[in-house]
Amino acid sequence: MDDTRHAPDLKVMIARHKLADRAFAVLGVLATLVGLVTLAALIVDLAVDGLPRLSWHFFTSFPSRFAEKAGILSAWVGTALVMLVTLFAAVPLGVAAAVYLEEYAPKNWVTDLIEINVTNLAGVPSIVYGLLALGLFVYALNLGESILTAGLTLALLALPVVIVATREAVRAVPGSIREAAYALGATKWQTVSQNVLPYSLAGIMTGVIISMARAIGETAPLITIGALTFIAFLPPAPLSTQPPFLSFEWLTSPFTVMPIQMFNWVSRPQAEFHLNAAGAGLVLLAMTLLMNALAIYIRYRYRKRIKW
Amino acid sequence: MYAKQFLNVAGALAVLTMAWGAAPVWAVETIKVDGSSTVFPITEAVAEEFQKEMKGKVQVTVGISGTGGGFKKFCRGETDISNASRPILAKEMEACKKAGFDGTSVISGPRISPKGVEYIELPVAFDALTVVVNPKNDWIKEFKVEELKKMWEPGAQGKVMKWSDVNPAWPNEKLALFGPGADSGTFDYFTDAINGKEKASRGDYTASEDDNTLVQGVSSDKFAIGYFGLAYYVENKDKLKAAPIVAKDATKAVEPSLETVMAGTYQPLARPIFIYVNAKSMEKPEVKEFVNFYLKNAPKLVKEVGYVPLGQEHYDLALKNFNGKKLGTGFGGKNEVGIRVEELLQREGKL
Repeated sequence: MDDTRHAPDLKVMIARHKLADRAFAVLGVLATLVGLVTLAALIVDLAVDGLPRLSWHFFTSFPSRFAEKAGILSAWVGTALVMLVTLFAAVPLGVAAAVYLEEYAPKNWVTDLIEINVTNLAGVPSIVYGLLALGLFVYALNLGESILTAGLTLALLALPVVIVATREAVRAVPGSIREAAYALGATKWQTVSQNVLPYSLAGIMTGVIISMARAIGETAPLITIGALTFIAFLPPAPLSTQPPFLSFEWLTSPFTVMPIQMFNWVSRPQAEFHLNAAGAGLVLLAMTLLMNALAIYIRYRYRKRIKW
Repeated sequence: MYAKQFLNVAGALAVLTMAWGAAPVWAVETIKVDGSSTVFPITEAVAEEFQKEMKGKVQVTVGISGTGGGFKKFCRGETDISNASRPILAKEMEACKKAGFDGTSVISGPRISPKGVEYIELPVAFDALTVVVNPKNDWIKEFKVEELKKMWEPGAQGKVMKWSDVNPAWPNEKLALFGPGADSGTFDYFTDAINGKEKASRGDYTASEDDNTLVQGVSSDKFAIGYFGLAYYVENKDKLKAAPIVAKDATKAVEPSLETVMAGTYQPLARPIFIYVNAKSMEKPEVKEFVNFYLKNAPKLVKEVGYVPLGQEHYDLALKNFNGKKLGTGFGGKNEVGIRVEELLQREGKL
């Protein structure tokens, strides 16, 4: 009796739920498309304007008052050098801090406090780091408006991301690996350096590269510390043909970076400069995509090797 | 093995930076310029030509910290030259005077003398503001300063919302206002020249620090009006209509153009823009050479970047002032609307 009465209701119910299911699928696709289409439109727009400007000359020329003669040489070299400093400052500090927090730190309220602060730092607006760097690096430490200052500023920005990513990676290493190492008589440092770190390297590198990809597009903190806009010379080369071959003079050199060069061109009245800005934007986009692709590749390669 | 992989990544970045590898390293002098983004294109052009002329023996860096930000650095003795879209203000003069005094002793630096930072004020070009409307606008033939004031003064906020609120003969349509943001020197000058007080403006208009956004805004709305630098109008003549301006006690409207600005008849929306040179930096031959090069080549370079040059006699006078080391500002610490350049250059300087 009951069955016959409920059967139509049940069918209606199933149909209704299936409809809801389909509706959600459509909503999901639409939500994805909003992001993708916007990005695609942006890239196509940039490419249409910027692609014709990309030439060997564009990469090897300094900025100029003539849009067609202007190039991004000082900007991309500046970006590369600043990122180099950022990498060498943020990675050792970030990885060491993360390993300490994950493997060595006692579980007490001080550690908790540090953890909360690190997580919060990842969400601080970049201009705040710029102001901090202006006070600390430029004036207190008297490093001036140099590549070193810029690199360290962006390192501050990247540091929390590196720490958080490294901790995630270290945490993903199974406890049994550590216990096995201890069982064989390894010290804590031997365990960390020979087992935990190699296994978490893929995750760490992914985090590092993603943090670098974020830092490369930053403009606000660098404007705050006084990055310059017109530079028609390169910093002293880091390698020379005469001994001692290595030179660190470039660290103190004034600089400009890609986003600042773009910003300057975009705000010019002449439309030809806007094309230059689009060209520079494409190059910057390519740099970021390249770094992200590298992160994916590394993760894929190292993950495949790990067997546990 | 893993460490090696990591070094490879770092190494790849290092290789990128070696593109200029074995470039010879010689001692080069650097001239530091910072300040207004309005003056930037001119100084950039001069720096570009100067560096070519010196064949790499002198490096010039130009920043865009804004006029105020530039003076802050200038008065701490951090830069040789400051770009300024308005004259130095009283509080900045004070800061320059105090440079090097830390309360107990005097610290003199490479750019600071025992009297603080002393400077020479040099006008280098005109900057003209243009009031623009949409090309489809057929009721505006000219603007009286009073009409502009009625539209832009602080009291207009929330009250003057339609064209007919300004002049009953104009359409009963919404007034769409576009102008630069409050951080810009253009905003300072427009409010001073039109509303009679610097920074006094209504706040309910579409503001953007990017003048190209303002161009877009005015060109896409029949009932829009906006103001920005002349160069942005010249580049977008097909999309905009510039309104001639009738000065306060004048009867004839004057079109914004190279000729009227140079002749000094386009008033009150044309103003000189400046560079300030640190007097101590003049001891360095390359700075002296750079400023001489600047003033001698300005007539040609200023035009090339879309600004209005001063008259040749002004540049000659400025050169004389510079090489005669005539210190101080002719303004005495506050802005002035409608000043004549030759009069300014002959005034007694104040530090």
